[in-house]
Amino acid sequence: MAADPLVQGPGVPANLLLREAHVIDPRAGIDARHDVRVRAGEVAELGSPGTLDPGQGEEAIDANGRTLLPAFFDPHVHLRTPGQEHKEDLETGTRAAAAGGFGGAIAMPNTDPVLDSAPLLRSLRDAAAREARIPVGFLPAITRGLNGKELTEMAELREQGALGFTDDGRPVASAGMLRKALQYQRLCGGTIALHEEDASLSKGGAMHEGTVSAALGLGGIPSVSESTMVARDAALAGYEDARVHFQHLSCVASVQAVAQAKAQGWKVSAEVTPHHLLLTEEAVRGMDTRMKMNPPLATEDDRKALVEGLRDGTIDCVATDHAPHARDEKEVPFEQAPMGTTGLETAFAALFTGLVLPGVLDLELLVERMTAGDALFDLPTHTIATGKPANLTLIDLDAEWTAGEHGWESRSENCCFAGRRLRGRVLLTVAAGAVVYRERAFSVVAA
Amino acid sequence: MNHLLSIEELDRAGIERIVAQAQRFAEVSDREIKKVPALRGRMVLNLFYEASTRTRSSFELAAKRLSADVVNFAASGSSVEKGESLKDTVLTLSAHKPDAIVLRTPWAGAAELVSKWCPAAIVNAGDGKHEHPTQALLDVYTLEQRRGGIDGASIWIVGDVAHSRVARSNIIAFQRMGARVTVAGPPTLIPRGIEALGCEVRFTLDDLPKADVVYALRMQHERMSESFLPSLREYAAWYQINGRRLGSRQVLMHPGPVNRGVELSGEVVDSPQAVITAQVEAGVVVRMAVLYELLAGVREPRPDPAHPDRSGSPDHPETDHPENVKQLA
Repeated sequence: MAADPLVQGPGVPANLLLREAHVIDPRAGIDARHDVRVRAGEVAELGSPGTLDPGQGEEAIDANGRTLLPAFFDPHVHLRTPGQEHKEDLETGTRAAAAGGFGGAIAMPNTDPVLDSAPLLRSLRDAAAREARIPVGFLPAITRGLNGKELTEMAELREQGALGFTDDGRPVASAGMLRKALQYQRLCGGTIALHEEDASLSKGGAMHEGTVSAALGLGGIPSVSESTMVARDAALAGYEDARVHFQHLSCVASVQAVAQAKAQGWKVSAEVTPHHLLLTEEAVRGMDTRMKMNPPLATEDDRKALVEGLRDGTIDCVATDHAPHARDEKEVPFEQAPMGTTGLETAFAALFTGLVLPGVLDLELLVERMTAGDALFDLPTHTIATGKPANLTLIDLDAEWTAGEHGWESRSENCCFAGRRLRGRVLLTVAAGAVVYRERAFSVVAA
Repeated sequence: MNHLLSIEELDRAGIERIVAQAQRFAEVSDREIKKVPALRGRMVLNLFYEASTRTRSSFELAAKRLSADVVNFAASGSSVEKGESLKDTVLTLSAHKPDAIVLRTPWAGAAELVSKWCPAAIVNAGDGKHEHPTQALLDVYTLEQRRGGIDGASIWIVGDVAHSRVARSNIIAFQRMGARVTVAGPPTLIPRGIEALGCEVRFTLDDLPKADVVYALRMQHERMSESFLPSLREYAAWYQINGRRLGSRQVLMHPGPVNRGVELSGEVVDSPQAVITAQVEAGVVVRMAVLYELLAGVREPRPDPAHPDRSGSPDHPETDHPENVKQLA
């Protein structure tokens, strides 16, 4: 692969001293208070609490009582550029990511036009090199225009920095077509990420098929529309010895299908979103269009299976599927509304509040799963270690806030967690060595 | 009651109150001059995004008998066809300050949405496959007239339940009034999970003789092109209510318009068991009762949900006591 797969806008390498932070990095085996020095954008020193003094030009930050984590990585976001900049763009989307504690993200290709050619990828990467607040990678389409019929020029796209491929938003309906992409992967590499949905089963659906859809008179999307495709494509991946990543799992049967594929030794991985881990079809009862997403919110049994899958490692990582839509696009009757919720700015706090505080998941495990998406695309994992680029997020785990109370960094506000009381506020994010986000009220102690 | 968005929000007492009011209005319909001045000076806007003859004219008639001004706004031929959003259309029409908007749309939840955008009282006249609350009220009223109530009665709703807002509203309303409800139809047209509404589900009519009331739903021909059914012929063979299936003591209902020879045979439409024209008559008096309950006696402007600080007091005065109507009349 020729080009560096992640690109970001210009940033100033940070010189910081984070004093007396509670540092948690499950991979590095750290769970203790430290002074952490960042010099020229690299982690320079980890000292016992209260032992390091700020050097010349270093900003000292009182991190006592705060928690320092490796910055999160989101392998599934929609930055809407090119063509839908009224929803989001590279700048607003990555600003939202930084505000959520993310130090890297992968953008999906269902833009207008679809990201399916090398010239388009080049121009998008050029734009990201000017505008992206955090490092961004791109997954171009598997098939041209997401048409499901002809492969994109995958090898050339890889040379130009494609991290992998996806037709996200749509399934690759034809097994024969997907098989060709998997075969071609032997030439060019790149993980193939799959949105799983059998359109002949999901057609006309606006929410999960079940008791709530029956009561509301909304067309239902049965869970089998996802799980049968997961099972099919896992088998194809096994047969072709290919590497596939299943996006946004939403139901019990899909988790089982991934577990079986992994037990076979097939090279599959999977992600789950915060909303599928925390919400169910019950949230749709008020027909709030922010609760309309694809795949749809399912049952409590499904939700529990997803949490369990994330815990036991069947599901490798958390991904937000951040899907911004303009206010007037969502301010319509439920059936007319586009699918999707934003998620970057609330992901950690929502999961910390909904799963860690009640004791369902350990904080270490949540941090591990929120920083695991990069490795699935052959990128280095964020870790807090001397000599490594600083990818850090400083969080006040005790801070309580209402999602959306101060507005959003994202251009859109269609967040399914809006209005919820959440615990855990991101105060500072450092991505690839630069300070990319600072909470407004979070002041400098000494310079 | 500020709006009538779904039957869900009415308890038994609420349904009984409207039915009782409708009974008082029924007397007006029998007069030579079929009009009372109860809503003189009020404006009712019919906003219909779907073709409808009987529901729209029934609402229009109801409003006119109460002396309200009526404006009909049909989505075809209007700005809607030029791509105006529901919200913009509603805000535009709100500028005429209607007191009530009667809304029919092909989208579930649209009535509730609209109630958040404008200060008028919203009457849901059908929102997608979700609800059709005035149909349920008029059906309860009709059964009240015919049978003197439905407490303990067994009511079968037969046919295309999946695509029927009438079915959904009636499953709820009939049960609130004390009836036991069974839905029956081909498995492709019974939505998964419908039993969560409290009804029983059957795929044959074997036990239909146990029903006190048979409520047939309209079968829409386009269902065939989507392969919900092999043929209307086969549907009729298994699910048509005909002379052989309908007992002499059963009451037969249908929301109209009837497909003779499909869900109902011609003989049962014309049979004494059928109350289909009584349902149409009930439509007017029940809708009069609904408009009366929503609009009569509200003297101060309603609070505007979009600008709560701008107009009206949050606790506007009680509606006139229904008894007053007699004096008004």
